[in-house]
Amino acid sequence: MQTTDAGFDIRIRDALGNERVRGNFRRAMDGLMQRRLDLFPDAEAMESLRQHGMRIKASALSHLPELLEELEAKLIANGIRVHWAETPLEANQIVLDIMQSHGATSMIKGKSMVSEEMGLNHFLEQHGIDVLESDLGEFILQLAGEPPSHIVAPAIHKDRYQIAELFREKFPDIPYSEDIDELTQSARAILRDRFETAEVGLSGVNFAVAETGTLCLVENEGNGRMSTTVPPVHIAVTGIEKVVEKLEQIPPLLTLLTRSATGQPVTTYFNMISSPRKPGEKDGPEEVHLVLLDNGRSGIYSDPELLATLRCIRCGACMNHCPVYTRIGGHAYGTVYPGPIGIIFEPQKGGLDKYGALTTASSLCGACGEVCPVRIPIPSLINRLRYEANHSNGVTPGSGSKHKNSEALLWKAWSLLYRNPLLYRMMTKAATRLRMLAPGKAGPWTRYRTAPKPAARSLHDLARTHGVDNE
Amino acid sequence: MNTAKPKQVYFFGTCLVDLFYPEAGLAGIRLIQREGVDVIFPQGQSCCGQPAWNSGYRNEARDVAAAQLALFTKEIPVVVPSASCAGMMKEHYPALFSGTPLESTAIALSKRVVELTAFLVDVLDIRVEDLGDPQKVAIHSSCSALREIQVGDKIETLVSKLSRVDKVEQAYKRECCGFGGTFSVKQPDISGAMVADKTASIRETGADILVSQDCGCLMNIAGAFDRQGNGPRCMHIAELLWERTHADD
Repeated sequence: MQTTDAGFDIRIRDALGNERVRGNFRRAMDGLMQRRLDLFPDAEAMESLRQHGMRIKASALSHLPELLEELEAKLIANGIRVHWAETPLEANQIVLDIMQSHGATSMIKGKSMVSEEMGLNHFLEQHGIDVLESDLGEFILQLAGEPPSHIVAPAIHKDRYQIAELFREKFPDIPYSEDIDELTQSARAILRDRFETAEVGLSGVNFAVAETGTLCLVENEGNGRMSTTVPPVHIAVTGIEKVVEKLEQIPPLLTLLTRSATGQPVTTYFNMISSPRKPGEKDGPEEVHLVLLDNGRSGIYSDPELLATLRCIRCGACMNHCPVYTRIGGHAYGTVYPGPIGIIFEPQKGGLDKYGALTTASSLCGACGEVCPVRIPIPSLINRLRYEANHSNGVTPGSGSKHKNSEALLWKAWSLLYRNPLLYRMMTKAATRLRMLAPGKAGPWTRYRTAPKPAARSLHDLARTHGVDNE
Repeated sequence: MNTAKPKQVYFFGTCLVDLFYPEAGLAGIRLIQREGVDVIFPQGQSCCGQPAWNSGYRNEARDVAAAQLALFTKEIPVVVPSASCAGMMKEHYPALFSGTPLESTAIALSKRVVELTAFLVDVLDIRVEDLGDPQKVAIHSSCSALREIQVGDKIETLVSKLSRVDKVEQAYKRECCGFGGTFSVKQPDISGAMVADKTASIRETGADILVSQDCGCLMNIAGAFDRQGNGPRCMHIAELLWERTHADD
């Protein structure tokens, strides 16, 4: 789904008006925030771990091209085939080619946000491939024909009653249930056979280790392990920013990820994929492929400030803690990555002309920056992108495309007034004298509030009459 | 921060206080003066530049900020009765003026900026005698106070000093009120939903008074209460302190 800025206002209004979805998000986000907090009881230890995580990712990004070459060499030496894709279309084509070279027509998928970025399911289905999502949340969304609303918990906008209704509609033979365990068991039974028959398994990657050529996959349901080991061919897709230098850097990153994402000390499954099945081994795929997707990332890489965007380990903590995301939910953003990380990542990836309006959807409250496990200064980057959206001298694609003469003129006038003491004094004098004439309606502000009224005397005035020194 | 008590300080009133909450500014000045510290209020001051900075208009913000730089030249603290304005001057002036002839002036000023509640607690360590009636007070710390310059605990300390005040805690206390400067105009419905939740949680505490150290939040929350009717009185912490601790003059 790439619905861009068009309709953002409408999606926001619809989301705000949907009490049920708003309630679902609030409850879910409250739970996730509490769970995270429970696992970071010591603020000092948490800060030192975040600092460590930031350094690991920043260090990897400081020599990304060389590191990617090292990763490729190690993967090839391990027997994993490596493919480079500049665009989602190229990545899709690579996946399709691999499938067709095996005459394969069925795929089972583990959860992968990069595959969402690629629009992979849609592409493969158009080419006659039968694709099945095996992550429970993604499975539900595939049934509903919806995109994820959260990068870690994709179906978080649905409550169990909505899921029960969906199962009744799609699987009329299964007895109706609103019990979470029973619903999960039903999905499990449906998926089980498909793991065994699918010709290709696809997964994402959480960390790719250059030193050893290892692909790390973090999950809770075991579907990731099934998808990557049962089918004869495993294709992993990932963004180029997921590479890290050394294996010893994985434990701190993993613990930051699981605590920040779901408030777990460790996930139920942690997979380290280092090669296809070797002679004499009993299981594992015969072929493993890695598709490395750029999709605008190397452009982000070229700016020293914006580069921090690529440190993201996709934990979703920024959205869990975002008061805007909590109220409008993931779908309102209309992008693959919603929430604060989406606000900074999507416009850089897809252009400010198409996604620049996202930068307005933040009060810059700083909650995202406060919890980010790799200390991405998200509010500062939103501020930077707001500048670039309105000025054509930025580095982001579509820079200057949101420039409006009327708005620019307003800020010019504001600046003139506030930098010139005489003009400023005349303005405050007029405002305080004429305060009773202040309009009762002040545009969108008064939709929810009364308009503020200027005081009878300004502080400048009060300070003077109370004899406060001027210098 | 230098916690030695200075002889003299500058007071940067901020544009919102100047026009909408001047009594809060005056209360801040009087609280400082009462501790034996001289206050200078340069009459040429206006705004720190934050509205333009947060809206992506950096050149306009810089022009306005530059006009302020010229007014606060003495090597004394600059006390600011707003955490977001103090945050702008402390955290963002260096970046705003980076690579310009005013860079070193901006950095020097940023180091002298002190948010009012931090100044009252950490530097002046004010003692107060509470002369007011018993009242329930809820505190809303601004996001800038909590997360940008991390002085959110100071307002708590100050309210705790008022012996006849009952401090009450609202749910989602650390969550943004939805103001966010031009955010409230660019995304009015999201902002409106946030302030509706904020006012609802404050109402549940039965507070008589809501205090904040930031007039942006106050304008937002007070405006929403006013529109809904029958809300608590909203005021700046300096005003509450002054009102409850001085004999009528």
